[in-house]
Amino acid sequence: MSQATATSHGDTPMIEMKGLNKWYGDFHVLRDIDLTVKRGERIVVCGPSGSGKSTLIRCINHLESHQQGEIVVNGVAMTQDVKRIEQIRRNVGMVFQHFNLFPHLSVLENCCLSQIWVQKKPRAEVEKTAMEYLERVQIADQAYKYPGQLSGGQQQRVAIARALCMRPEVMLFDEPTSALDPEMIKEVLDVMVELAREGMTMLCVTHEMGFAKTVADRVIFMDQGQIIEEAPPETFFNNPRSERTKLFLSQILGH
Amino acid sequence: MAGESMRDEMIEARRPPNAHRGVLKWLQRNLFNGPINSVVSVVTLGVLVWALWPFVQWALIQADWLGDSRQACSGEGACWVFISARFESIIYGFYPEAARWRVDIVFALMAGLLAWLAIPKVPGKRWAAIIAVIGFPIAAYVLLLGGHFGLMHVSTRNWGGLMLTLTVATIGIVGSLPIGIVLALGRRSKMPLVRAVSVVFIEFWRGVPLITVLFMASVMLPLFVPTEVEFDKLLRALVGIMLFWSAYMAEVVRGGLQAIPGGQEEAGKALGLNYWQRMGLIVLPQALKLVIPGIVNTFIALFKDTSLVLIIGLFDLLAIIRAGLTDSDWLGFATEGYVFAALVFWVFCFSMSRYSQYIEKRLQTGHTN
Repeated sequence: MSQATATSHGDTPMIEMKGLNKWYGDFHVLRDIDLTVKRGERIVVCGPSGSGKSTLIRCINHLESHQQGEIVVNGVAMTQDVKRIEQIRRNVGMVFQHFNLFPHLSVLENCCLSQIWVQKKPRAEVEKTAMEYLERVQIADQAYKYPGQLSGGQQQRVAIARALCMRPEVMLFDEPTSALDPEMIKEVLDVMVELAREGMTMLCVTHEMGFAKTVADRVIFMDQGQIIEEAPPETFFNNPRSERTKLFLSQILGH
Repeated sequence: MAGESMRDEMIEARRPPNAHRGVLKWLQRNLFNGPINSVVSVVTLGVLVWALWPFVQWALIQADWLGDSRQACSGEGACWVFISARFESIIYGFYPEAARWRVDIVFALMAGLLAWLAIPKVPGKRWAAIIAVIGFPIAAYVLLLGGHFGLMHVSTRNWGGLMLTLTVATIGIVGSLPIGIVLALGRRSKMPLVRAVSVVFIEFWRGVPLITVLFMASVMLPLFVPTEVEFDKLLRALVGIMLFWSAYMAEVVRGGLQAIPGGQEEAGKALGLNYWQRMGLIVLPQALKLVIPGIVNTFIALFKDTSLVLIIGLFDLLAIIRAGLTDSDWLGFATEGYVFAALVFWVFCFSMSRYSQYIEKRLQTGHTN
């Protein structure tokens, strides 16, 4: 009943969530989430802190497990089975707020790891791919340095390259610019905009509303574990329907 | 008055002021940089000389070095002839003289392998590791124990001295680290049964004195197993020592595992790595690096505690020297014997300590977790 390999038909959605519910103990953190992400779609998720937006995208590659509802990623239904989870993760790239680069490995080795151990490709090919992606995020000249020797913006660009090296079908961004110094935010956003232009399916949790206006097909606003509003950016920013959304927008855009 | 200001030209980087170098400068800056400090320095040096001088005189200046019998000892200082006359037995124990070349080969192999593994510039580390893990133990087993390829069988009852100390320490160290790592991972496992087994194992072995373990291994174990099955006494002691120290090692490693941020494992998961890959490639390399001081601390404690095997009748370095003290030709040289034993132990332990510091520096990659 399950597909052994991921299907890449144009009509199957990239991500499908139905009736998703999650609790941390007694705390109901995700409530009846229904969300479908089409191939090539770029979605920005925003909302106040504690609204469950990070938890939502972390459920997609099972960094968090949900208690009710179903998630189908690239045609593969999520279960508790480790093999199934690893299969899904191979198609899902993720970028974290705190980069989470491996500090004991060089930048290049960070990018080679999953190709060597998960995709089992030969070393020469792996390094070539890694250098290509490092080139694309404009950090190839730092390939032999260790993450600890790079600035925050550089580290985050490496993290993006590392995720891209898996050649994922979809990229998840969990507040990728929140831990950066202001002057480094742009270099990371530029890379993300570029990626969006190339047609990558993206799901970004971010407070960068400029980014949302530029690339998002849809903006999703979450509060108290539920999706409050879902609209294209023009509508979302100019004519928000919900009071909560208006309040949120006035707070982050009003200065 | 506060006003506006602006810089037209950027300041070029300049070299720092010359550091004061040289021994005299160092002495002046560190020991004699003021009247109080100078007095403290002089008094400290005085006390040191006063305390150590008699020992230096005894151990070096008035000592007797040459000769082969008790007649060579003048009695004014230490008589190292006691050591040199018994040197062979201190190294080989009761190992038959005709077969001692086999022990020499094992020593040489071990030294060579250690150098190959420990010196970063020597290439072929992968081969060195494979030989050290598979080839060397087999070679050492065949050579030391004999009984194959026309080599005379030498029972472990005849092993002794430094050779026995090194055998016990090496096997203890090499065995306890991997078992400790597995136990540490087990104790953090999400599977309740695995976790429970690890906790019980660790807490049991950590809670009994090593002497008890050795006694149990040598005296009690034979009572429980059928008489036809006869385990070698040394083997039993080795298993006991390995399990005992692996419990300590597990807790040291667990300390390191806990210090690695959860984001590291999450990043590994997101890349599709499975549990063993995440542990082996991401978490353990960082965790082990972090706890090198603790690991080496345990190694050193293990090395020194090998001398406890004397209570179950195995003659390690210390026990051999003690046995020499009861030799009627050589009564009254206990101090020399113990000082020499201490020196040998110290040399090995200090080497481990220095090497670990060097490795720690080498593994520094410019981050702080």
